[in-house]
Amino acid sequence: MGSSRSGRATIIIASLVAVGILTWAVFSAFAGSANTPQSTFLPASIQTVRVNSLYMLVFILAGIVFFGIMALTLIFSLMYRERPGQVARQFHGNSKLEVVWTLIPVLIVVVMAIPTFSTIHDTAQEPPKDALQVIAIGHQWWFEFQYPELGITTANELHVPVDRAVYITLESKDVIHSFWVPQLSGKIDMMPGHRNHLWFTPTVARPEPYLAQCAEFCGMSHANMRFRVFVDPANDFATWSKGAASDRVAPTSDIAKAGEAQFTAAGCIGCHTVQGNPVAVGKIGPNLTHFASRTTMASAMMDNSPENIRRWLSNPQAVKPGALMPNLHLSPDAIDKLVPYLGGLK
Amino acid sequence: MATAVGAIAHTEEHSGLWSWLTTVDHKKIGALYGITGFCFFLLAGLEAVMIRTQLAVPNGTVLDADVYNQFFTMHALTMIFLAIMPMGASFFNYFIPLQIGARDVAFPRLNALSYWIFLSGAIILTSSFLFGGAPNGGWFGYTPLTDRQFSTGTGLNFYVVGLLILGTSSLMASLNFAVTIINLRAPGMTMMRLPVYMWMTLVVSFLLILSLPVLTVGLIQLLFDRMFGTNFFIPEQGGDPILWQHLFWIFGHPEVYVLILPSMGIVSEVLPVMSKKPLFGYSAIVFAGAAIGVLGFAVWSHHMFTTGLGPVPQTFFSASTMAIGVPTGIKIFNWLGTMYGGNIRFTTATYFSVGFIALFTIGGISGVMHASPPIDGQHQDSYFVVAHIHYVLFGGAIMGIFSGIFYWFPKMTGRFLDETLGKICFWIMFVAMNVTFFPMHFLGLAGMPRRIYTYDAGLGWDTWNFVATIGAYGIAVGVLVFIVNFFLTMRKPMTATDNPGTAPRLSGPRPRRRRSMTSMSSRRCTTATRSGTCVTTGWRFRRSRSTCTCTCRRPRTTRSSWRWGRRCSVSARSRTSRLPGSALS
Repeated sequence: MGSSRSGRATIIIASLVAVGILTWAVFSAFAGSANTPQSTFLPASIQTVRVNSLYMLVFILAGIVFFGIMALTLIFSLMYRERPGQVARQFHGNSKLEVVWTLIPVLIVVVMAIPTFSTIHDTAQEPPKDALQVIAIGHQWWFEFQYPELGITTANELHVPVDRAVYITLESKDVIHSFWVPQLSGKIDMMPGHRNHLWFTPTVARPEPYLAQCAEFCGMSHANMRFRVFVDPANDFATWSKGAASDRVAPTSDIAKAGEAQFTAAGCIGCHTVQGNPVAVGKIGPNLTHFASRTTMASAMMDNSPENIRRWLSNPQAVKPGALMPNLHLSPDAIDKLVPYLGGLK
Repeated sequence: MATAVGAIAHTEEHSGLWSWLTTVDHKKIGALYGITGFCFFLLAGLEAVMIRTQLAVPNGTVLDADVYNQFFTMHALTMIFLAIMPMGASFFNYFIPLQIGARDVAFPRLNALSYWIFLSGAIILTSSFLFGGAPNGGWFGYTPLTDRQFSTGTGLNFYVVGLLILGTSSLMASLNFAVTIINLRAPGMTMMRLPVYMWMTLVVSFLLILSLPVLTVGLIQLLFDRMFGTNFFIPEQGGDPILWQHLFWIFGHPEVYVLILPSMGIVSEVLPVMSKKPLFGYSAIVFAGAAIGVLGFAVWSHHMFTTGLGPVPQTFFSASTMAIGVPTGIKIFNWLGTMYGGNIRFTTATYFSVGFIALFTIGGISGVMHASPPIDGQHQDSYFVVAHIHYVLFGGAIMGIFSGIFYWFPKMTGRFLDETLGKICFWIMFVAMNVTFFPMHFLGLAGMPRRIYTYDAGLGWDTWNFVATIGAYGIAVGVLVFIVNFFLTMRKPMTATDNPGTAPRLSGPRPRRRRSMTSMSSRRCTTATRSGTCVTTGWRFRRSRSTCTCTCRRPRTTRSSWRWGRRCSVSARSRTSRLPGSALS
C-alpha cells in the first residue's frame, strides 16, 4: 500500500492538526463577528436568548461535521495520492458502512430537530395578557409604529419598556417588508393583506438603541430602510409615552411660526400629521409631531441634525434614492424657515 | 432514428457556419450549449464583480441603487438559467448517447429546437438592459413588488416573458433526455447499470418536467396581472402575494437540485476513474440522488419560514428539510469511500472534484442550520444565506462543471487542456472562492441583510466586505486563466485517444452475464477507417454483430479544430465486451 505505516501516521496527524487549526480559526472569526452593533449573537430578549442556545448547539454540531469531513477529505487526498507501486483496492461498497453513515446524519438531524420543534412550539404561544400592543406598518421605505392603547403614532424609532412583553402586529401598506431586530427578535415579514404577529420580552435596558433593518427586498431604497429600538427602564418609558402622546410644541419664535406657515403653504400637510396643528393631518408620510425628539431621520439613515434636514428638504431623492416624498423644489428661503420649525417639534 | 443518420450526412457536406445553425447532432448541440452557457457565465460573473465593487467600501458610489438592483437580479437569473443550466445541458447532450450506447438523443430535431429557443429566451432576457432597464425585483420576483403597481417599467415584463421562453426550452430538453435514457439504452444496460451521471441526468429531467409547469402557471398569472389587469397577487383586490411565493418555490427549490445534481453526477464519474477503483456504493448514491429529487418537492416552504406560516407548517417543512441532509450525507460519505484505498491520480479534474466535496459540504452544513425555523429567523435574507447559496452553487455546481470540463475536454475536442494552467486555475479559484464567500457568513451573523446596495460604516461590516471584494477579483483571475488555457489548447494538435480519462471500466457493478452486453469501443472504429481520429457518434447493437456509425475528424494538419469531417460506417464483429459506460466517455 505504498507509504509506510509511519508515513501514514504523519499524514493523519498533520491533517488533523491542520483541519483543527482551520476549524478553530473559523470559530474565532465567527466569535469576532459577534461583537458588532447589529450582531445576531448578542441576545437581549427572552426569545433571542432561547434561539441563541439552540444556535450554539447547532453551531457545535456544524463544527463537528465540518471538522470530520474536511479531515477525511484531506487525509484521503494525501494518503491515497498516486504513488509508484501503490495499487488501488478494488471493492464496490460495504453495506454495513452504508448503514452507519446513514445513521450518522440521522442522529445529527434528530439532535437538532428536537430542540427546534420545542422552540417552535414555545414561540407560538400567546403572549402574556399585559403585553404592550404595538402595530408596526411597513412603507416604502420607512416604518410606522402605532401604540393603540397609548394613542401614539411615531416612525422609525420604537420605544419599549424593559422586562415587559411587546406584542407587535405587523402590517404593510405596499410591498413585503420584514421586521428584524437581530438582538431582540428574529424576523417576521410584513405582508400586505396579511396580519403577522411577533412578540418578545426585552431584558436589557440601555441608552443606545438596538439597530434594526428591513430584511426583505422591497425596492429601490431597501438598503436605506432601517429603524431603531430603544429599550427603556419602565419609568423612562412612561415619561416618553406621555410626551409622545401629547400635541406638538407650538412654535414660539418668529422664524418657527413662519416655518409652520411654510409647512402648510408648501403642501407638507398633505402627507404629514403634526398633532395639534389642525391642518396637518396627512397620513401618507411619517408622523412628525415629535420629529425633533427622534435621534435619526429618513428611516434611521442619518442623524437628525439641521444640516441633514436641510439636505433632505432640498432634494429627498438625492439622499434616499427613490424616496416617495416628492422634491418640492423649495427655495432656500423656505428651507431656512422649515428647518427651525421641524427642529422645534420636540 | 433515420433523422440522426441523415443529419450527420448533412453535416458532412457543410461544415461551416451553416452546419452549426442547422445541426441536429447531439454533440454539436452540446458544444453550442456549452459555449453559450460559458459566455453567459462570464456576463453574470462581470455583474457579480460590479456588485462586489460597489460593496467594497461603505457608502460605495460605483453603482446607483436602481442599477445595483438590476445587477443582482440579473446576476442570479443569468447564472441560474443562462449559465449553469445550459452548461449542464451541454454535458447531457454530449454524453447521454455515449454513456447509454445510443446513436443520438431520442428527438434530435426537438433537441435543436430546445437550444434555439433557449438562445432566444436568453437574448430576450438580457436585452432588457437595452430597453429601459433589466428586471430589478430579485430572481424570485416577489409580488406585489413586481406587480403592475410597484414595477411600472418594462424590466419585469422581460423577466416574465424570458423565463416563460426559457422554461419551454428546458421542458422540451428534459422530456427529450428522459425519453432517451429510458428508451434508448443499449440492450443489457439495465437501470441499475446506468452510469451515475445518467441517473442524475434522469432525476434532473424529472425535476424539471414536474416543477416547470408550476412556475409557468405563476408567471402567466403575473403576466396577466401586469398586462391585462387581473389581480392574482394584488391584496387590495383580493389577491394574495403569498400565492406567488408558494408557486415560485415549488419550482424554485427543485431548481436548486437541478443545478447541483449534475455536478454530483460528474464527481461520481471523475472520482472512481482517477482513484482507479469502482465507485463506492453505486446503488446508495443512485438512491440518495433519487431521494434528494423526491424530497426536493416537499421542502419549498423553508424559503418562507418568516412569512408567518404558523407552527405546524414550520415543523413539517423543517423536518423535511433536515431529512434532505441524510441522502446528501450518504453521497458525501460514498465519495470519500471511493477515494479510500485508491491510487488517486491528481489531475485538474480530480482537484475540482475533491474541491467540490469540501466546498459543497460547507454549503450543506449551513443549509441544515437554517432548516431550523427559529435559527432561520436570524439567517433568512441575510448574508449568511448568500454565503450558503454560493457554497452550494459556486463551490458545488460550478466546481463540478469545471471538473467535468477538464475531465471530458479531450473526449469532446481531442485535446488535453494544459494541466499546469489547469491546476493554477483551480488553486486561484478555490482560494478566491473561499475568500469571497466565507466572510459572508460573518457578515450575515453581524446582521447584514442581503440585496442592500449600500451600508454605513461602523457596523463591523467594512473589513469582511472588502475582503470579499478582493476574493471576487481573484475568481475573475482564475476564470481568465481558464480562458487562456482554452485558447492555447485549441491551437495544439489533437493527441487524445478514445479513452483519454483512462477510465478502467464501468462505474456501476460489473455485470454477471457479460455476453449479453454486445457493444464495441470507438477504438475499433479508428482502426477500421484510418482517416484520422475517429469519434463515435453511435452504435447499433445486435447480438452477434455491431455496426458503428461515426464521424471522423479531419487529419491533424488542419487548424480549424472544431470542424467535423467525413462520416464513416464500420462494421465489426464484437469480441470485447466493454460496456458503454464511463469506460467510453
